[in-house]
Amino acid sequence: MSAFDLDLAADVLVIGGGPAATWAALEAAKAGARVALVDKGYVGTSGAAAPSGVGTWWAPTHDARRAAAEARVPRCFGLADVESVVRTLDEADAGLRELSATEYPFPDDDAGQRYIPNLRTADYLHYMRRFVLRAGVRILDHSPALELLASDGVVSGATGIDRQRDLTWRIRAAAVVLATGGCSFGERFLGATGLTGDGLLMAVEAGATLSGMEFSAQYGIAPFDTTSDKGLVYFFATFTREDGTPVDHTGDRQTIVARALLDGPVYGQLDQAPPGFEADVRKGQPNIILPFDRAGIDPFRQRFPVRLRCEGTVRGTGGIRLADGDGATGVPGLYAAGDVASREALTGAISGGGGPNSAWSIASGRWAGRAAASFARAVGETHGSRAASSLGSRALDPAAARVVKDELLPIERNFFRTEQTLTDSLTRLDAAWSGLRLDRPARGLAALRAREAAALTATARWSYRAALWRTESRGMHRRLDAPALDRALEHSLDVSELDTIRVAAPRAEALAS
Amino acid sequence: MIEIVSAARCISCNICVKVCPANVFDEVADGVPAIARQNDCQTCFLCELYCPVDALFVDPAAEPVSVSETVIEESGLFGGYARAMGWKRGKPGGADADPTYRIRTFLPV
Repeated sequence: MSAFDLDLAADVLVIGGGPAATWAALEAAKAGARVALVDKGYVGTSGAAAPSGVGTWWAPTHDARRAAAEARVPRCFGLADVESVVRTLDEADAGLRELSATEYPFPDDDAGQRYIPNLRTADYLHYMRRFVLRAGVRILDHSPALELLASDGVVSGATGIDRQRDLTWRIRAAAVVLATGGCSFGERFLGATGLTGDGLLMAVEAGATLSGMEFSAQYGIAPFDTTSDKGLVYFFATFTREDGTPVDHTGDRQTIVARALLDGPVYGQLDQAPPGFEADVRKGQPNIILPFDRAGIDPFRQRFPVRLRCEGTVRGTGGIRLADGDGATGVPGLYAAGDVASREALTGAISGGGGPNSAWSIASGRWAGRAAASFARAVGETHGSRAASSLGSRALDPAAARVVKDELLPIERNFFRTEQTLTDSLTRLDAAWSGLRLDRPARGLAALRAREAAALTATARWSYRAALWRTESRGMHRRLDAPALDRALEHSLDVSELDTIRVAAPRAEALAS
Repeated sequence: MIEIVSAARCISCNICVKVCPANVFDEVADGVPAIARQNDCQTCFLCELYCPVDALFVDPAAEPVSVSETVIEESGLFGGYARAMGWKRGKPGGADADPTYRIRTFLPV
């Protein structure tokens, strides 16, 4: 008899429930694999995309996509790659065209043309759930994976819990796709709730390498005390101080606000909005206006306090380093897609939030789903009978989550960094990592909280270790003690290991030798 | 944060228990769902969309506040997000009339 309440087998196991996970499941099923999908939340509302509404970076032809890539890559601080971007945009386009052949109700534009690059994400993910179920995928909602399994050095499934029914499960699979999203470091913003870095921890426990972890300092503007980090409307904002005088408006919107917040409260007003904009936002993006309406504020005609919400690696770029174009992590049997994977090749040192990340979730999900199905086919039917053991189960007292928030959310520690602040934070994060370790495994919800605390703390340490290494400022990595770009550091950093974290610059070493 | 499950409107279908991505609600035998883990709420308003009878109210503040059900009812705020989106009885709608393509033309490239 199994030690698990639910003991299942599949060819491909997908962990996660947002766009990347659902695309991966669809593609794997289409390739003939038996697919199971487990998610911490509910597939349809889970992840950073579902509550937000997102435009996909898109152009109608391959040549136009290449032109778009060539126009954006020079702004990515030397770390993005035109060919990777074009491959991503081409694959995302293929996905969107498939979606437009389904019953998902894309609108027509004013010229009567079907408009496919905008996805109303609450609707989009509702439909993705339907398509995934229709493809025969078994979905387990509210069923977070806690540990990866391996057989003879090959990832062979996962174990976890059903947090609503207090059950344990094991799924044996020939290949696993991690699509658990980025890490929000415990911040509150739209979609952030389950984003505790679980997939990053499981991947590194399995032996995978991360990259781009220093680019984890993207912040979003949110009005008053809401979680609404929808940035689109702030293109048309004027920011002022308490006394009504305008703040220094040079630089990007987030930096304008961050600089001013160091001195005191900052207010915004959407007074630069062009005619017609307000009506279209109200109808097209109602969740931008909803918080204002409910608070009785007219954001176009009144000013309102703003704050910055840390968006961690969600709108940052760091994550699992992938082999190009197929989602392979370098660990046999383990694939990754979406925000849990590094988006450095796509967007370098600047945020891919919105369009680029949406394109990435479609493309990388489809790649990982196909590659995992193909790996499973090669493994064959024998995998279910091999002995499997856990690849890692590090757990921390949930109090560690508080430490992570204190060190990673303040703009004076993360948005603006110095060697001193990073070193101080790492001392406290390392102390939490070793001092709050739980040796006895917890059960049920407590087991989930303990694994989340470990994932949050590990991700914070990887992020700040890389940030300490990079003695320059580049894109969203802003070092007050090293404000200039250093041409010699125009390369990505690899981060690996749990206890003694390893930071390495393989490309720079290759160039030097 | 989620502040109200209206006992007057709720039909105890427990869809909110199922769809909340943060697992905020608990089913209650012979009752309306309880807000069991309010502190996990991410203020995403998705539970309001999925509620077939507009029985839920999410306040925009990310921390708990005091909200009167009578005031929300009298102000007609129940179901406001679903109406703005075009969702009806917990089912999607309105994406085909989304004018976001026009918003894009306002934005810098």
